[in-house]
Amino acid sequence: MRAPSGPDVAVGDVLLSVERVSLSFGGVNAVSDVSFDIRKGEIRAIIGPNGAGKTSMLNVINGFYQPQQGRITFKGESHTKMRPYEAAHGGIARTFQNVALFRGMTALDNIMAGRSLKMNKNFFWQLLRYGPAMREEVEHRRRVEEIIDFLKIQEIRRTPVGRLPYGLQKRVELGRALAMEPELLLLDEPMAGMNMEEKEDMSRFVLDVNDHYGTTIALIEHDMGVVMDLSDRVVVLDHGIKIADGSPDEVKTNQAVIDAYLGVAH
Amino acid sequence: MAPNVAARADTFPKLLIRNAESFGARPAMRHKDLGIWQTWTWAQVLETVRAYTLGLHRLGLKRGDTIAIVGANRPRLYWSVMAAQALGAIPVPVYSDAVADELAFVLAHAEVRFAAVEDQEQVDKIMSVMDRLPKLEQMVYDETRGLREYDHSRLHSMDDVVADGRQALASDSSFGVWLDNEIAAGKGSDPSIILYTSGTTGQSKGVVLTGERSIKAAEDTVAFDHLSEQDVSLAYLPLAWVGDHYLNYAQGLVAGFCIACPESSDTAMQDLREIGPTFYFAPPRTLEVLLTRVMIRMEDAGFLKRKMFHYFIGVARRYGERILDGEPVPLGARLLYWLGTILVYGPLKNVLGFSRVRTAYTAGEAIGPDLFAFYRSIGLNLKQLYGQTEAFLYLTAQPDGAIYSDTVGPACPNVDIRIAENGEVLFKSPGMFAGYFKDDAKTAEVMTPDGYVKTGDAGFFDEKTGHLKIIDRAKDVGKLNDGTLFPPKYIENKLKFFPNIREVVAYGDGRDFVAVMINIDLTAVGSWAERNNLVYGSYQELAGHPLVYDMIEKNVAEVNRSLAEDKVMAGAQIKRFLILHKELDADDGELTRTQKVRRGFIAERYAPLVTALYDGSTEADISTEVTFEDGRKGVIKARVKIRDMQTEPLPAPMEKAA
Repeated sequence: MRAPSGPDVAVGDVLLSVERVSLSFGGVNAVSDVSFDIRKGEIRAIIGPNGAGKTSMLNVINGFYQPQQGRITFKGESHTKMRPYEAAHGGIARTFQNVALFRGMTALDNIMAGRSLKMNKNFFWQLLRYGPAMREEVEHRRRVEEIIDFLKIQEIRRTPVGRLPYGLQKRVELGRALAMEPELLLLDEPMAGMNMEEKEDMSRFVLDVNDHYGTTIALIEHDMGVVMDLSDRVVVLDHGIKIADGSPDEVKTNQAVIDAYLGVAH
Repeated sequence: MAPNVAARADTFPKLLIRNAESFGARPAMRHKDLGIWQTWTWAQVLETVRAYTLGLHRLGLKRGDTIAIVGANRPRLYWSVMAAQALGAIPVPVYSDAVADELAFVLAHAEVRFAAVEDQEQVDKIMSVMDRLPKLEQMVYDETRGLREYDHSRLHSMDDVVADGRQALASDSSFGVWLDNEIAAGKGSDPSIILYTSGTTGQSKGVVLTGERSIKAAEDTVAFDHLSEQDVSLAYLPLAWVGDHYLNYAQGLVAGFCIACPESSDTAMQDLREIGPTFYFAPPRTLEVLLTRVMIRMEDAGFLKRKMFHYFIGVARRYGERILDGEPVPLGARLLYWLGTILVYGPLKNVLGFSRVRTAYTAGEAIGPDLFAFYRSIGLNLKQLYGQTEAFLYLTAQPDGAIYSDTVGPACPNVDIRIAENGEVLFKSPGMFAGYFKDDAKTAEVMTPDGYVKTGDAGFFDEKTGHLKIIDRAKDVGKLNDGTLFPPKYIENKLKFFPNIREVVAYGDGRDFVAVMINIDLTAVGSWAERNNLVYGSYQELAGHPLVYDMIEKNVAEVNRSLAEDKVMAGAQIKRFLILHKELDADDGELTRTQKVRRGFIAERYAPLVTALYDGSTEADISTEVTFEDGRKGVIKARVKIRDMQTEPLPAPMEKAA
């Protein structure tokens, strides 16, 4: 597969590649024989009509689902099965289609939770909150505060996330994913259920994350305007099959894509 | 401690040097960054501003140039003002939420060569109108984020500019000498700043203030309110507003107190609580929002807390103000109030961030008497002042112990006030402006031949108290067709005191009766709707709901009752009202940047609604264009219902103002 990146896109080597992956639940083929790659530093969109297998694909990438066939190569390491903790340790973070935060905890604590993988002191040290453990916590807190500042959520630092409006919950979830300092960030419909203004804010943050932290981003999104504006390359799935892969402009004019979205005349 | 006025400093940079010498180790500024309060002492501020000044000079800023300051209250923007003034350049602060078009007008009119801005948003905004700003050469910014990829040939980070100046100062001592001479060369009569008025009346004008006059005015009020370097204020009001420049910047430099900058504009309330300022200013609207919020939270509180709150607020209403003013009250009441302080007032003030406030002011528009009394009754020393940009704020202020909700106090020290024959307030004051920038005709228009400035406000001195009372804008006070006096603000303010009502526009001048358009308060009405299981999808839907109309009707009826009590006003009762389908917004030009309604503009924009108010129809269609913050436009369409009101019977022998 070739990958013509846009003229001004600085994409590097392949960070993750999906080779001939198939996933089925009983008799239902969620993903069939799909291959594509994600390059360092790019924003890669996965789109497709409802039930196309987008979320399944994301779940395969971060090890939530085990594909029956195919391989996933992440940072040069090949896996037939990616386990969730391997993915997390390896630098893959994600957000969920339906916000999955600790609703009773504050925004700050939720984002701190994203740092837990980076904490070196063991459980007992952390209980003591003294000496090295305290120093470590202060350092982590500083990183979290940078993220809070980055996402402009200072106002809700101490608010339990269950009390926050949906758009802000999504932002906190993005913050928690960022706290892991991921190399690859998977966003499952980051703009779903948002109004125009919230979408614009979120788009800004996605671009800023990509620009500021240099994070590679793979996102699923339904809003075509958002996808076309944000992404460097787009892969299109329909009924679990890859039907197109290329720059937003190429995909937009691809007949198979148009048919998949609008239906074919009989 | 009174500030040291012996060494007369006639410009703000000279004051900065004096402060660094007198109390160099005391905090001059605080800013919450990454969740932690950072502090700069006067000595540190002076050092940074010196480096920054030199850095700006090396970029090409010269004496007499103008430099735009665009952004929220942040230390580096205040330092930009100081650094510009140190060079003899003139800072021009601009409202940070101004849309590109307004920004372009001010920047072009002020002919700025430089702009010091907060972040990418402001850089983008200025870039978008660059073709209208041929004189703009260089921009410096505070927040780096998102700007890395921008072309930096005419764009610089403030940190880099400061670092460049610092390095130059360290490498060559002649720079330091040059800088000292530059500051010493600044004259008190030079323009110190240009503040653009909010444009309540048409296009905004650039008010030129000089250093010497500004400092004189600030010295008077600092003495009046006994402010010292021990005080702290939270700078959360727009930088471009005279209030911030006076209360924080000028008074801060004169008294040497500490200015704390909030983490972001959204966190100001929390920051207020953390800082616990001793000097506080809030426009009536902010106090109103705060009270509404408290009341809503109390509605949601447990039974016991709610009962306790209402009981002790009742006690405070009866005795609080008298205790604050040092009047005699029965011992039992004093004990009850003391108990209330422990149980309710103290914790409440703490939540609001008022625990340490010694002096609080409100101004800008008339404050509802109940609202005013509420804060005073819980022990906040809230006072009123009256002033305007052309006077460099203060004209009158209430002294401690002589506070009335319907006056704005006697003339400030050294301020001379006169009432013209048509009722307009005229003044001469120490802080008086030097003129409107590039507009001698307008300057001449507001000056009387004997050197007084016309305020445009109608008012009179109260005989009992000797305090000034402001009724309305001189040109806004109108008459109904039958000759009844119609001061629109008076009626609007009466309605706005209800927590459910956010904004009101009253019509009646040259009409047969008074009719009003109302904006509901989404927070208050939304919470009420939630408690009453009222389902709504949008502001528009809630505003048009029959039950909401019923509720507002009760408020209007109550205002009619209170209007009927006053013979002069009885004829000005509200006969019809409607609830607007959208919130009035400064971005659409319906409010000024200081959130005052622009009645004439609204009448034009909502002409079909105004017509319907007076032609007897029960509903009307309206479609309005709205502007989003990025300048894009959209259209809102709605069908708005109109309600008739029962009015109170007029007092039998009708007396009307001729």
